[in-house]
Amino acid sequence: MRLEPVANPTLLRQLGLPALALAATVLVAMGLALLAGANPFAVLGQILTGALGSRLAVLETLNRATPLIFTGLAVAVAFRAKLWNIGAEAQLYAGAIIAVLLGTGALGAPFVLPVSAAVALLAGAMLLLVPVLLKVRLGVDEVVTTLLLNFIMALFVSYLLEGPLKDPMGMGWPKSPALTPDARLPRIVDGLRLHWGFGIALIAAVIVWVVQTRTTLGFEMRAVGSNIRAARFAGMPVNAVLVKTALLSGGLAALAGWSEVAGAKGHLSLDLSPGFGYTGIIVAMLALLHPLGVVVTALFVAGVFVGADAMSRSAGVPTYIADMLLAVALLFMVLGIALTKVRVVRG
Amino acid sequence: MIEILISASFWAAVLRIASPLIFATMGELICERAGVLNLGIEGIMVIGAFAGWMAVYLGLPLWGGVAVAFCAGALFGLLHGVLVVPFGLSQHVVGLGVTMLATATAYFAYRLALPQVTTPPKIVPFQSWEVPVLSDIPLLGPALFAQTPLTYAAFACAGLVAFVLYRTPLGLAVRAAGENPAALEAQGVSVTGVRVGAVMVGSGLMAVGGSFLTLSAFSSFFFEMVNGRGWICIALVVFGAWRPGKAVLGALLFAGFDALQIRLQQTPIGAVVPYQLFLMLPYVLSILALVAMSRRAQVPAALMVPYAKGER
Repeated sequence: MRLEPVANPTLLRQLGLPALALAATVLVAMGLALLAGANPFAVLGQILTGALGSRLAVLETLNRATPLIFTGLAVAVAFRAKLWNIGAEAQLYAGAIIAVLLGTGALGAPFVLPVSAAVALLAGAMLLLVPVLLKVRLGVDEVVTTLLLNFIMALFVSYLLEGPLKDPMGMGWPKSPALTPDARLPRIVDGLRLHWGFGIALIAAVIVWVVQTRTTLGFEMRAVGSNIRAARFAGMPVNAVLVKTALLSGGLAALAGWSEVAGAKGHLSLDLSPGFGYTGIIVAMLALLHPLGVVVTALFVAGVFVGADAMSRSAGVPTYIADMLLAVALLFMVLGIALTKVRVVRG
Repeated sequence: MIEILISASFWAAVLRIASPLIFATMGELICERAGVLNLGIEGIMVIGAFAGWMAVYLGLPLWGGVAVAFCAGALFGLLHGVLVVPFGLSQHVVGLGVTMLATATAYFAYRLALPQVTTPPKIVPFQSWEVPVLSDIPLLGPALFAQTPLTYAAFACAGLVAFVLYRTPLGLAVRAAGENPAALEAQGVSVTGVRVGAVMVGSGLMAVGGSFLTLSAFSSFFFEMVNGRGWICIALVVFGAWRPGKAVLGALLFAGFDALQIRLQQTPIGAVVPYQLFLMLPYVLSILALVAMSRRAQVPAALMVPYAKGER
């Protein structure tokens, strides 16, 4: 058995294989439901209605998608240049810390929101700059350093919430004081529980798309990602491109934390992110690293999580089914995309 | 500080903390020497911790639990190996996917088996086994020779990995797969077979490392109990320059700092410095270790390079 390249993949092949990957994921979902002793069709139906069945459900899905759009964009930008930023979780918390530092009375309206957003962006960028400088200067693999920084950051946040940033009125819970009303992101439509973080996420996706497709930097990022040696040979400032990519990626991930604190929660706690940084990897890969695709896949992934939560309450299938399905979807999709370009032949 | 360093309990703790790291580091080392980066390690340790514990909870003997953990790890290794070796998919992306899948599978299965527990049920873990005569040596005896069988097994495993890798034709094939796969293929050996096999065995060892946590160190399975140990092991492989002996030394050094920080928390220093700072030490040290070794590392030449028969 060996692989043979497919010269001109047909449209059927290009669309059929990813569709097949999604269909296979649905089959796995049904299998897991059977394993848990539930009716597979009922489980699928409950996930769907849990995510989209009511106005409340749709709003919950949109809210859950907001940080995922940011982290998905952060990963998509980095992975496109083959910069393996697995540290979106840490960068997210960097942005969240800034939102608290500047949003609890240090600044008033109208400066607090734009300034804290800008500083959050910078903080996330700086946090990713360290591993990337270690990579370009010393050749230290960024996968492990960015991963380890996630654990360091989690402990740092824990320290802040039990020390300098502890809410004196928090009844002993490790959480920060609440943001002032000026520092909160307003709702997009009065009366609908959806904050402007979602709108900013959409704008960010469009900006990233423009940068990637319409600017020299975007071209250089793709060149570095597809063949770093060729890019270097062509005289591209490869290291500078990687640093710029890191600044953009880290900044986007930080905005996820900033918007969760300023928009959704109003304070910082240790459970601010249930792994949004890691889930961003799934969001980006399912979108094939396309910035506008990230919006679609973030909504899909958020829907699976919200739907699985609702289904778990009524059908009793553990909510971790969502994490399993998304990991399965990721692996099937990567395989499916690869098989659009090669076929398996005997011999 | 001196008091801590000359106590037998400190050195006993060093060996205990090092044991899961040694198993998992050997596992990752085998994968990488064959040319495959395995970022599934973190999740494979979780599934090992869960599967080994669950098997014993359901009535298997402790060594049966270790065997179940190995098989569960090897199964996820097979998944990783098939996707990245014959299909040549991105080792980074697939590895992270395997970590997510293995972790979620363990959590899903745990909740499925024990839906309503608030306190995790316990098993009877491995008890310490005092080596006759040797354990009577003052200081050294209680430090080195009063460990659980799984700790002795960790060191035996490292010795075995070193022997196989450098002294047997099989080890030569594994190293060739990571250095010069075309030459291996020219000998009539299947690079795909060697690589997938190495990833399976390596993943099995990672899972055994995870099972140390539930079968020897603790007696229950907790969520997030692996807590980044897998990523630390990837750093240890680099720190050990892809050599089993040096990697074991790295694991011991690392475990030494970890045991020290736990004890320093109870000293007057611990009263002033926040405990989170101590807990950060292992991760900070891993990053520093990577930086220190960055210039001297002897990376296997074909690490992360997919191999296709007949291509140049």
